[in-house]
Amino acid sequence: MHSFGYRANALLTFAVTILAFICAIASFSDNFSNQTPSAQIQILNINWFQKQPHGNDEVSLTLNITADLQSLFTWNTKQVFAFVAAEYETSKNALNQVSLWDAIIPEKEHAKFWIQISNKYRFIDQGHNLRGKDFNLTLHWHVMPKTGKMFADKIVMSGYRLPDAYR
Amino acid sequence: MDWQGQKLAEQLMQILLLIAVVVAFVVGYTTASFRTMMLIYAGGVVLTSLITVPNWPLFNRHPLKWLDPSEAEKHPKPQAVVVSSKKKFSKKLVSVLKIIVSLISLNQMTTFCY
Repeated sequence: MHSFGYRANALLTFAVTILAFICAIASFSDNFSNQTPSAQIQILNINWFQKQPHGNDEVSLTLNITADLQSLFTWNTKQVFAFVAAEYETSKNALNQVSLWDAIIPEKEHAKFWIQISNKYRFIDQGHNLRGKDFNLTLHWHVMPKTGKMFADKIVMSGYRLPDAYR
Repeated sequence: MDWQGQKLAEQLMQILLLIAVVVAFVVGYTTASFRTMMLIYAGGVVLTSLITVPNWPLFNRHPLKWLDPSEAEKHPKPQAVVVSSKKKFSKKLVSVLKIIVSLISLNQMTTFCY
């Protein structure tokens, strides 16, 4: 502590160290928030269901997505990344997950939404297994914090089925 | 700063920064605003640096007592002893000449052999 430079260095080092601690505690405090998200997805229409020239099936759907993700936002949340995936089983793969739609929600006010949209990303199978296939539509979300650990969770909605023949 | 002042400055710095951190976290958590927490903490760091880093008079209240100049004159620095170096110089000269003569004779011998 004998010179200006020495004291300034000591102060800055200590300040940055306890800044790291305070960010870790802020991230830890996220564990105590009560999260109750809800969502519903409805398939309004199957636009077309075809077999591509190389042998893969492709479906185009119109989805109606309703969700309330407001309770996921804490003081330490920067944004929530949400996406809808179709999940099904085939003889080749135990689990196929195809992402149909995603969105970045930057603020709590935008987290309660209703959207009617055709799938943003193409629903293409590896093969031609989709005829008469039962599948789940799962809404996944990633809560991205300002500092610290990212949390991810999902809601699984089952009971959807593709038609038995191509359209 | 004197020694007491340095110790005081270090303690003040640590305590003020810790208080700033606690206040910033409590206010930020209760208002659910990350930005408020960061602003309060930054303000605390600046305030602490203004208090502890410059050389304020309050850190110089116990200055060191140096000896008076009159006291120092009573104990003069010891002088280095001057040795007469003429004899040594002549001895050195003789030894250098001897080395040169031996080198020349060596050189003559080698050229003669060749």
